[in-house]
Amino acid sequence: MTHMVEIRDLHKSFGALEVLRGIDFTVDQGQVICIIGPSGSGKSTLLRCVNLLETPTRGQVFVEGEELTHPDVDIDAARRRVGMVFQQFNLFPHLKVLENVTIAQRRVLKRGKAEAEKVARDNLAKVGLADKAGSYPAQLSGGQQQRVAIARALAMNPDLMLFDEPTSALDPELVGDVLAVMRQLAEEGMTMLVVTHEMGFAREVADRVVFMDGGVIVEEGPPEQVIGDPQEDRTRTFLRRVLDPTSS
Amino acid sequence: MTTSATTEPSGPARKTPGRTGLSPRQRRRISLGVQSTVLAAGLLLVVLLVDWPLVRETFLDFGATREMYPDLFTIALKNTVIYTLSAYAVGFSLGLVVALMRLSSLAVYRWLALVFVEIFRGLPALLTLMIVGYGLPIALGGPVPGGTVGAVAVGLGLVAAAYMAETFRAGIQAVPKGQLEAARSLGMSHTRAMFSIVIPQALRIVIPPLTNELVLLFKDSSLVSALGIAAAGVELTKMGSDFAINTADSTPFVVAGACYLIITVPLGILVRRLEARQAKAR
Ligand SMILES: Nc1ncnc2c1ncn2[C@@H]1O[C@H](COP(=O)(O)OP(=O)(O)OP(=O)(O)O)[C@@H](O)[C@H]1O
Ligand SMILES: [Mg+2]
Repeated sequence: MTHMVEIRDLHKSFGALEVLRGIDFTVDQGQVICIIGPSGSGKSTLLRCVNLLETPTRGQVFVEGEELTHPDVDIDAARRRVGMVFQQFNLFPHLKVLENVTIAQRRVLKRGKAEAEKVARDNLAKVGLADKAGSYPAQLSGGQQQRVAIARALAMNPDLMLFDEPTSALDPELVGDVLAVMRQLAEEGMTMLVVTHEMGFAREVADRVVFMDGGVIVEEGPPEQVIGDPQEDRTRTFLRRVLDPTSS
Repeated sequence: MTTSATTEPSGPARKTPGRTGLSPRQRRRISLGVQSTVLAAGLLLVVLLVDWPLVRETFLDFGATREMYPDLFTIALKNTVIYTLSAYAVGFSLGLVVALMRLSSLAVYRWLALVFVEIFRGLPALLTLMIVGYGLPIALGGPVPGGTVGAVAVGLGLVAAAYMAETFRAGIQAVPKGQLEAARSLGMSHTRAMFSIVIPQALRIVIPPLTNELVLLFKDSSLVSALGIAAAGVELTKMGSDFAINTADSTPFVVAGACYLIITVPLGILVRRLEARQAKAR
């Protein structure tokens, strides 16, 4: 069986700075993987290598068996199957919410206006924002903007969703709504790769937790093991700091 | 008066340390007094020294301008507007292309664009206009397509494009990188993402400087007066100077000048409004 995502010996350097130093892992259809680790450990870079927003320096990335790192690959076509949600939402501020969710459907998938709007409204309803279709992003709270961003990605019918700290820019009281949407998505069987500091979410929803430090995977396994009973010192140190920020 | 560096200044008599020992309020009052005295003295000098009847006769003798109407509006102002808008259209589209070339990942494009900008920002606009107006017909072995308007659109448009390219480039670079990334992550090609997502936002950012460029072009259209142009192609400055020479009076200059201000002042106010609105939206 082909894996949804397969990463082989992935390296990424920015100039002299080696950010990823040999990453190997796989994600299967329907799995939810949470990536945790200290700031600067390369989590975002890894995620951005999966849809080639960053070009790996070495190694291979396969999505659904297709090698995205192959020079002949149609990367635009491949990205349609991979949705991405950013820490800073990155909604298009000059477009209304509905247009944010329809523009790629229309321009990339060439869906007609009526169909695109129907798909958009369905997905906005799914994230609880059916009534915000006519608003501009700036008129929404951070939590609402992030849910629109999720709807925008889902409207492309992706097979895989990447989340890069989707709740880190949110006020604490708005985090719950976004996590609820993600939890529902996981229950529906979406394959998800989530960089997060929300240990509660990782513990409950993840099939596997990956702990990264210094550009390598230090430890990975089911949440009850990696979060509940970590084997590595570095994981323990990190978790102690995240779970109880007062004891630094 | 005794001041001590070691004791804290206290009470309402607190003085800021200064050579004069004056309080800020006293100093401000003296400064205002000096400024208004200078202003009054200047006005007095102007009133006394200027030969007012001569001024009126030279600059405000509207009898000398009677012959200018209605051609001033139906020909000269109209032509000025046509030259300005056609050059602006060329400058806008060419400027956008050059800006995109400046940001291209292909070094050749970046280099070409830079050469273009440096040349047409560096040359005097009048010289560029003359090269196109006189030189291009010779090079083409015939008139420039579009006649005078075509030559002006190209000549002044090249100069405007060089400036607008830099404005567009700054606007495009002011759009956060995350916008392009979000668009690419949705499967848009680089070109698609630029035209659907980045450029519309960049245009909003550069509306005030682009409107300002329109004002500058409107004034630069007066350079056309230096080209030998048929009567039907006469614009405001040429018409003003022709009448000034014929009537040996400078009032036609003033009248032509007023026509420029009718357009440039409202545009200037518009630019300031747009800038204020953007500053508030930040
Ligand atoms: N485009 C870039 N150019 C240069 N250096 C970069 C670039 N992107 C990331 N880096 C560097 O790579 C390292 C890893 O960055 P990355 O964003 O992947 O870390 P992270 O684990 O996501 O951290 P955080 O939790 O703070 O988001 C950092 O030292 C960062 O400064
Ligand atoms: Mg990160």
